[in-house]
Amino acid sequence: MKRHLISAADLSRGDAVLILDTAEELASLADRPIKKLPTLRGRTVVNLFYEDSTRTRISFEAAAKRLSADVINFSAKGSSVAKGESLKDTALTLEAMGADAVIIRHGASGAAHRLAGWVQGSVLNAGDGTHEHPTQALLDAFTIRRRLMASRGGLGGIRVSSPRVSTVGAGGARGAGLDGLRVTIVGDVLHSRVARSNVLLLSTLGAEVTLAAPPTLLPLAVGSWPCAVSYDLDSELPKSDVVMMLRVQQERMTAAYFPSVREYSRRYGLDAARMARLPGHAIVMHPGPMNRGVEIAAEVADSVRSTIVEQVANGVTTRMAVLYLLLGGTEFPATGVAQ
Amino acid sequence: MCAASNPVAGRDGLAVLDPEEIRRALTRIAHEILERTHGGDGVILLGIPTRGVPLARRLAARIGEFEGLDVPCGSLDVTMHRDDLRLHPARALGRTELPPGGVDGKTVVLVDDVLFSGRTVRAALDALNDLGRPRAVQLAVLVDRGHRELPIRADYVGKNLPTSQREVVHVLLTEVDAEDSVMISGEGGKP
Repeated sequence: MKRHLISAADLSRGDAVLILDTAEELASLADRPIKKLPTLRGRTVVNLFYEDSTRTRISFEAAAKRLSADVINFSAKGSSVAKGESLKDTALTLEAMGADAVIIRHGASGAAHRLAGWVQGSVLNAGDGTHEHPTQALLDAFTIRRRLMASRGGLGGIRVSSPRVSTVGAGGARGAGLDGLRVTIVGDVLHSRVARSNVLLLSTLGAEVTLAAPPTLLPLAVGSWPCAVSYDLDSELPKSDVVMMLRVQQERMTAAYFPSVREYSRRYGLDAARMARLPGHAIVMHPGPMNRGVEIAAEVADSVRSTIVEQVANGVTTRMAVLYLLLGGTEFPATGVAQ
Repeated sequence: MCAASNPVAGRDGLAVLDPEEIRRALTRIAHEILERTHGGDGVILLGIPTRGVPLARRLAARIGEFEGLDVPCGSLDVTMHRDDLRLHPARALGRTELPPGGVDGKTVVLVDDVLFSGRTVRAALDALNDLGRPRAVQLAVLVDRGHRELPIRADYVGKNLPTSQREVVHVLLTEVDAEDSVMISGEGGKP
């Protein structure tokens, strides 16, 4: 694995499966009396948030704390950024304080990449502009794998093959990718870093991804993405195993992308009637925060097919896995024999 | 990568235990566990991945044979509690699976293949501490090769194997490596 996590494209299939398998192990921590591991004791993780966020920041904070790292929260509001400090100077300040990892959310695409050139520690992209949000894609992949692949059994993974040892418990999908699953990502792809990261990661893991959106909400270069494109949601629904609804990001919209919210909702919103067209096993995802009544109807968001709350819980475990794999070891070669 | 989880390394070494000897050693340990715990009441076996897990299962099966007792058996991954994490790239995690009922008030027998520095066992004790409060903790190993770096000893030992620091001991088990044997390979012969 690379030292930073800037883009979902940085992850090979092996890296991604390792992260998901690690998260699968860490998920059992939630059922234990002491939900804490000593692994990152003495390491410092900085949450550097230039944009508002609820679940991502809290999720990273909880993940780092469960691994015993020290967490410093930094939000642009109320800091020297308000006095005009640049990202680079802020980064150098954090560097001087000895941050082992910086988790950055920024409104500018590419901010995480720039930061990686300035600091010694690992940089984790928690969303940069309309570019990428790789940990969201990882937690989505984890949620999909748990829901849909566990029943199919782990596909030729790293597990020991003897029937005496391979007791398949909650982690039945260990070692598996998402091969053969059809994922439809619906809505505001143009402004969505979640969509870009998901397309890259899910296709790396073997899923077939289709984007369903109005032409105005698709990026120009979508033809070069590893996915199919459709303008008609209704024809995609019956063949989808997963439907991922995206938030209509009105705060990033500087022009009129569709005639009215009502029309958008009628053509691309997921309501109960549309949900009924999905196959029986299909799940409905949303990265949050939701606009109920716009891209997703309330009765869909609260249905049993919806994994929205599960995604938040899985966010903590997946981010723990990423933090552990990036910070838990060292790049130096082994010096002793461990037995 | 820790030496014990590399499945192919060490096949070129000198065999110190053959499958029959491994079987006899485990049979003896199973009897000793029953003796020391007064019939195995309240005992659970926790194997340390990778090769401690099949060993724990074999011991549980033996105890079941001898006394008709169903001893709960599980696994305890110690990776996140190791003290040498920063000396290696991050490792993949093994599996922690506790029998229903947990470890509270039980006599936990930790099972591993090789006892060397004692650091794995220290990590296991820490990991166990976060899972509950056992009544007692004991340690069973197939091979004790000496060179302890911590005040830790095993309660049940399959074979005491005097080694030099530079030698490498490999335990191969059918469940993981398709054969049973204990090998010792040459001076400084790292996998």
